Amino acid sequence: MTLLGLSISELGRRLRSREVSARELALEALDRIARLDPAVGAFLRTTEELAMAQAEAADRWLAADPQGAPPLCGIPVAHKDVLCTSGVETTAGSRILEGFVPPYDATVVARMAAAGAVVVGKLNCDEFAMGSSNENSAYQATVNPWDHTRVPGGSSGGSAAAVAARLACATLGSDTGGSIRLPASFCGVVGVKPSYGRVSRYGLIAFASSLDQVGPLTKTVEDSQLVLSAIAGADPHDSTATTEPVGDLAAALHQGVQGLRLGVPREYLAAGVGAGVREVLDQACQRLEREGAELVEVSLPSTEYALAAYYVIAPAEVSSNLARMDGVRFGRGEPAATSLVEAYESARHRGFGPEVRRRIALGTYVLSSGYYDAYYLRAQKVRTLVAQDFARVFQQVDALVSPTAPTAAFLLGERVADPLAMYATDALTLPANLAGLAGISVPAGFAEGLPVGVQVLGPYLGEAVCLRVAAAVEALSDLWHQAPPGTDG
Amino acid sequence: MAELEPVIGLEVHAQLLTKSKMFCGCRAEYLGLPPNSNTCPTCLGLPGALPVINRAAVEMTIRTALALACRIPEFSKFDRKNYFYPDLPKGYQISQFDLPLSLAGQLEFEVDGQRRACGITRVHLEEDAGTLHHAGEIHTSNFSLVDLNRAGVPLMEVVGEPDLRSPREAPQYLRALRQLLIYLGVNDGNMEQGSLRCDANVSLRPRGQREMGVKVEVKNMNSFRSLEAALTYEVGRQTDLIQRGMTIVQETRGWSELEQATVSQRGKEEAQDYRYFPEPDLPPLKVGRELVEQLKAGLPEPPMRLRDRLLDQYEISAEQVLVLTERPQDAAYFEAVVAAGAPPRAAANWQAGPLQALCKAARVEVERCSISAGELADLVRMVEAGEVSGSTARELLAEAFESGASPAALVTERGLAQVSDAAQMDAWVDDALRQLPKAAADFQAGAERALGPLVGAIRKASGNRANPDLAARLLRERLARPGE
Repeated sequence: MTLLGLSISELGRRLRSREVSARELALEALDRIARLDPAVGAFLRTTEELAMAQAEAADRWLAADPQGAPPLCGIPVAHKDVLCTSGVETTAGSRILEGFVPPYDATVVARMAAAGAVVVGKLNCDEFAMGSSNENSAYQATVNPWDHTRVPGGSSGGSAAAVAARLACATLGSDTGGSIRLPASFCGVVGVKPSYGRVSRYGLIAFASSLDQVGPLTKTVEDSQLVLSAIAGADPHDSTATTEPVGDLAAALHQGVQGLRLGVPREYLAAGVGAGVREVLDQACQRLEREGAELVEVSLPSTEYALAAYYVIAPAEVSSNLARMDGVRFGRGEPAATSLVEAYESARHRGFGPEVRRRIALGTYVLSSGYYDAYYLRAQKVRTLVAQDFARVFQQVDALVSPTAPTAAFLLGERVADPLAMYATDALTLPANLAGLAGISVPAGFAEGLPVGVQVLGPYLGEAVCLRVAAAVEALSDLWHQAPPGTDG
Repeated sequence: MAELEPVIGLEVHAQLLTKSKMFCGCRAEYLGLPPNSNTCPTCLGLPGALPVINRAAVEMTIRTALALACRIPEFSKFDRKNYFYPDLPKGYQISQFDLPLSLAGQLEFEVDGQRRACGITRVHLEEDAGTLHHAGEIHTSNFSLVDLNRAGVPLMEVVGEPDLRSPREAPQYLRALRQLLIYLGVNDGNMEQGSLRCDANVSLRPRGQREMGVKVEVKNMNSFRSLEAALTYEVGRQTDLIQRGMTIVQETRGWSELEQATVSQRGKEEAQDYRYFPEPDLPPLKVGRELVEQLKAGLPEPPMRLRDRLLDQYEISAEQVLVLTERPQDAAYFEAVVAAGAPPRAAANWQAGPLQALCKAARVEVERCSISAGELADLVRMVEAGEVSGSTARELLAEAFESGASPAALVTERGLAQVSDAAQMDAWVDDALRQLPKAAADFQAGAERALGPLVGAIRKASGNRANPDLAARLLRERLARPGE
């Protein structure tokens, strides 16, 4: 078995006892990427030089202060390409950012580096994180390591596939409507969407600023906790990052679920949730009950409007956030353009893919004078109702348990022609973004040979209770050692 | 047809004198730097960069709003104003739409000695754009160069109510506002360099009618003179159109200094839909009552009230008051000179006259020049007491201004104190009469102007130290006595 199939804490032990060096781990990761990734397509680029430099620094740190070095010291990681990396091309999966080499690191990237993590590359994603299958990347379609005819989920598909295929021990993704949790579920890995403001967005190329959060994707819940603890917390560069202390998240992992009240939202089991997914959820709930949790049905009545509200608010922010890609600094317009408008139009038409263009058009429309009240303002009211639903339910229960997605991974190309079907993939994940809540997808079983995740939602800044429940689900299903076929050599 | 009444409202943009930009740590001072050197990921609008509100800019805006008697709501927020232009790197300007930092105030100003008040709709905060550079004119240049050194500089907008009723009032309103901003230390008042900019909305209506006519926005006026000229032109243009039975088109027009006319820039159809929405990168701003009270307590005496007080308290003319209240530092200097013992009128004359001329030539503010208020007071007192002549005092002031010495000390040091000693004066008078017997004879024969050369001779003999008034008096006494 590859060393990259081990948990971060186990690797940490071996790094500290000098059984393995950070340099060896980095080389193994790079070697595996070279051998396995051509078939998976998770990486847009590898960062050999950076990885070697960081690995050598990590080895020095581990040698000088084995106990003081942080848990992530020497661990091979990779970042979704929406995160700015100083000196390393960052494209957000878009043609228009081809060649963009940021002069600065995203706060999360800097924090991972400060924790001694070793970056082996940048990961594919849907263009500007807009999509649920990774098929909207301008560069390549990542496939699901469990079945190469299927999508890995999106938009952090590269991040999920890289962990599943053991090409990195932990990756960072971003979640605007489910973009961490959905691919985590499809690829059989753990994915955490922190509460809005728990993690800095500075250096995250914005999709929808009021919904975006950066979070980890890993093999185990504990691994995710280690990464989350490294990146979470206030940031003077991000005014929307909360100054509330992060607290000791590790303590939550071993508390069990005895005495917890867990809600299962009725609306999240409605039509569209496949039988296989339902079965995995039911089994997980039964196990949690056996462990002493109390399972109750709850209702989130605004759920049915959440998707519509999301697809007004998110595109509205997109239309503004992507305005800076105008052919002046980013993208190249038609050289023969005879007017400013023509130059803008050609640069943006050439630079953006169809889904991004669709959302820009949608967002521009809903913010236009005369339509603002009917769409944007109304959607904000629905957003408030969705948040109130959750607030009410969290007075009755400690956390919510639901499917992460209605189905397991679908076939490549299956939903490309039908944007609405694609959007529906996120129906169970995006309400948590609208409300700013904490959420985790944790592997809980298989349906027809494909991984299926369970989603745990907690209140605002309820990362600890999410980790606690997810750790229990993980312990009870005991799946994380299983690697996709052909990736454990 | 009823007489037409102009209705004018001004929108004034003022760059704030903060250390750093509105949303990042770059310097707010951007002039004279190499292009794009005063930038960072945030003001370049690089993907992923985020804004952080500059507290000093918020405080300066609130202070301005308080000085304009505005209401400061407890909650305020920033919004995005979306439009495409190459000097706007993010494709939107962070501004304030429906919840500005302040609302509903007023500004007092003077027109032809009459006090007027103009309503202030709001004072809000936003960020400046970059600048574009072309070879020659924008329309003929085949390239545009973008410089983002100015991008993100804090810009405060003071929106005035349409309360002005003639083009003459507009520059007076603007002068009063400019002076207030300078008093508050929030803006340098430089219209030429564009740190203070003014747009105007102009419409006409029959006098007595309440509803407004069709509004034209006039831009590109960068001096008081061009503001008045542009408004005079625009009012004339609209009057002419209405009198010819034509309708006014709602549009944006620019003032052309070259043509001395306003020129259509953009019609209503081309008006931008800015698609304002709340800036998701910034949490709403909560302005505590305590902060407001603290800022209110720290406000300087407003210029209008300061002028009233100086006029009231010291025996100086209205013209002198105007000069001495140009800046609050001028008034403070004046009051310090008076407090150090100089008579107010003389102090005002010396400060507004010789000292200000020296300061202007040296491009230094009076409070920063080498002559302290106490030193000026000493000199003024000596002149007033006849201890030193006015011309000598002026020369010494200039010299001390350069060298940093005390002018009063120079008087003593050089033995330049005016001589009024009787025996010495008599001796000089004797000499003069001996030297210029013809002048003496002419004076006695009734030629008044013959006294001049005699006084001159006394001054010359004394090395300019003889008190000229005393010399003249002694000569008259002597020459009125026949037989001598």
